[in-house]
Amino acid sequence: MAAVLAPTPQAYSPRKKSRFGRFFVFALLVGATLFYLAPVYVMVINGLKDKSYMTLSGMWNFPLYLNGGGFPVAWDVLNPSLWASLRMVVPATILSSLLGAVNGYLLSKWKFRGSDVIFTLILFGMFIPYQAILIPLIRALDWVGIYGSWKGLVMVHVIYGIPITSLIFRNYFTNVPSELVEAARIDGAGLIQTFFQIMLPLSLPAFVVVGIFQFTNIWNDFLFGVTVVFNPADQPVTVALNNLNGTNSVDWTVVMAAAVLSALPTALVYICLGRFFIRGLLAGSMKG
Amino acid sequence: MATAAARRSRFSLERFLSPLFLAPSAVAIFIFVYGFIGYTFFVSLSNWRSAKPDMSIRQPLGAVYGDLFSQSRFQIDLRNTVVFTLFFLFMAVLGGLGLAILLDRHIKGSGFFRSVFLFPYALSFITTGVAWSWIFNPETGVNLLINATGINDVLAAYGAGPLKPGWITDPAVVWQLNQPIASIYPPAGEWSLKLGVPIAMIPVAIAAAWQLSGFAMAMFLAGLGTISHEVREAAALDGASDWRLYKDVIIPLLNPITVSVLIILTHVSLKIFDLVFAMSGKGPGFATDVPGIFVYEMIFRAQRYNFGAAAAIVMLVGVSIVIVPYLARQLKSL
Repeated sequence: MAAVLAPTPQAYSPRKKSRFGRFFVFALLVGATLFYLAPVYVMVINGLKDKSYMTLSGMWNFPLYLNGGGFPVAWDVLNPSLWASLRMVVPATILSSLLGAVNGYLLSKWKFRGSDVIFTLILFGMFIPYQAILIPLIRALDWVGIYGSWKGLVMVHVIYGIPITSLIFRNYFTNVPSELVEAARIDGAGLIQTFFQIMLPLSLPAFVVVGIFQFTNIWNDFLFGVTVVFNPADQPVTVALNNLNGTNSVDWTVVMAAAVLSALPTALVYICLGRFFIRGLLAGSMKG
Repeated sequence: MATAAARRSRFSLERFLSPLFLAPSAVAIFIFVYGFIGYTFFVSLSNWRSAKPDMSIRQPLGAVYGDLFSQSRFQIDLRNTVVFTLFFLFMAVLGGLGLAILLDRHIKGSGFFRSVFLFPYALSFITTGVAWSWIFNPETGVNLLINATGINDVLAAYGAGPLKPGWITDPAVVWQLNQPIASIYPPAGEWSLKLGVPIAMIPVAIAAAWQLSGFAMAMFLAGLGTISHEVREAAALDGASDWRLYKDVIIPLLNPITVSVLIILTHVSLKIFDLVFAMSGKGPGFATDVPGIFVYEMIFRAQRYNFGAAAAIVMLVGVSIVIVPYLARQLKSL
């Protein structure tokens, strides 16, 4: 029986593989990499092509020469909505992170009767199809007087971001030793002081994880952007890209370049801070 | 110096602060999630089908749902959701598991490979949809690669037509089950809905799997990291082959992760909207239409609010069936 065996003292080392076996695994990984990068390749390569040299049958070929291809036009078309996205995403990310930090702190270190039930009820909000709240949402925003503006969109993202940000912060604060809170309490610090003096200084890593995760989520949103904002100048870049793709008069080197531009901010965040991105991803799936 | 009693009373006062500070978020969620769902449900029972709100109840109660389910477009949408979910889950979960197992070998460069496979997750569904709509355009993309294999030259030599799939433009529904079902249950012969696989849905499922298999991989990798070395060593000492090690030991140990991945990806699949919207839209003969697009068009194009609301409630019920047991289990473990 395997369980009877004494644990081997030395650390586990991958078993010696035949050279063929290792080559086979490596070949599979390279093949998968080609598949995963193919759409990125298509976007970048065709975005860089000059439209007079662009043919459907040459999609996989390299551009003949580099003159920026569709990028200058794509930038002209897209830059107002890139700024609109940024102006909306940054405050929405900051506000929803702060709310999440407060909620996560209360839900982990100041539990009260029923707080776990409230937490679970809040969590449900991150799974619903937002189609099921759109009609009353638009009426409510209209009633408040912010329907159609980017401010309304910020509010929507902050509110529907509460479940995920509270979840990640709650999981993070749960792992902070309760002795720290107890010690602060004995020193006479209350709920508010403990938060500002003990928890907040400790929570930088959680803010990075939540910030990156929310930045990506909100930047990539389409449904709220297309329904809550009707002024084209205020619409986020996902909406602008989709409109561009549906326009037949625009040549597709521009569409491809626009797809690259719209993805650039989240792609850069991923490339530079991927480590934190994975943490947010796993925390968001409730394995905390 | 506060006495112990004073400290305790202050402490109990603090107890009230916790619910107080939680209240704004809790109230916001209560209104914006539960209140709004209630409102949408009410709209789904109403006569509201024009620009002018009309909240009078449509008689008989629930008639909107009857109309919705008897509408052929919505029936097609439900079939498409089932087909999409099956293909997407199969590819994303098996793909994610396969990649995780390959990376579990600690081969040189596994960090790079992992980053590449998870990269699509950082992109928006709209970007993904735009890119894949060109790859599965029959005039270019994948079909160029098929030509490059020389298959079409061989086919031409035998006088056969070229292999040139229509992908997202193909209206065909294959593997239809209507006849087999009708042989057991004759009324099925009357069904107008073709119970089968709409070809155009497959490329959409491939694009979705491309985007989300990295998520499955990350979950499986996190799970593999928790399996102790002793387990692997023991199996190796027992003389288990690699295949047996994974099949009989490691994959069963990953079961809880697999369940989580299935639940999360199924709920994504039931909600799918932006990807299809950008990639193929409704598709030929609604071949790639899904409830998410149906709701959007009913509300914002056709202004048939009650229809849109009813379809949204159907989506919500579908998601709840998957998610509520998951949340309930989570609550118990808190």
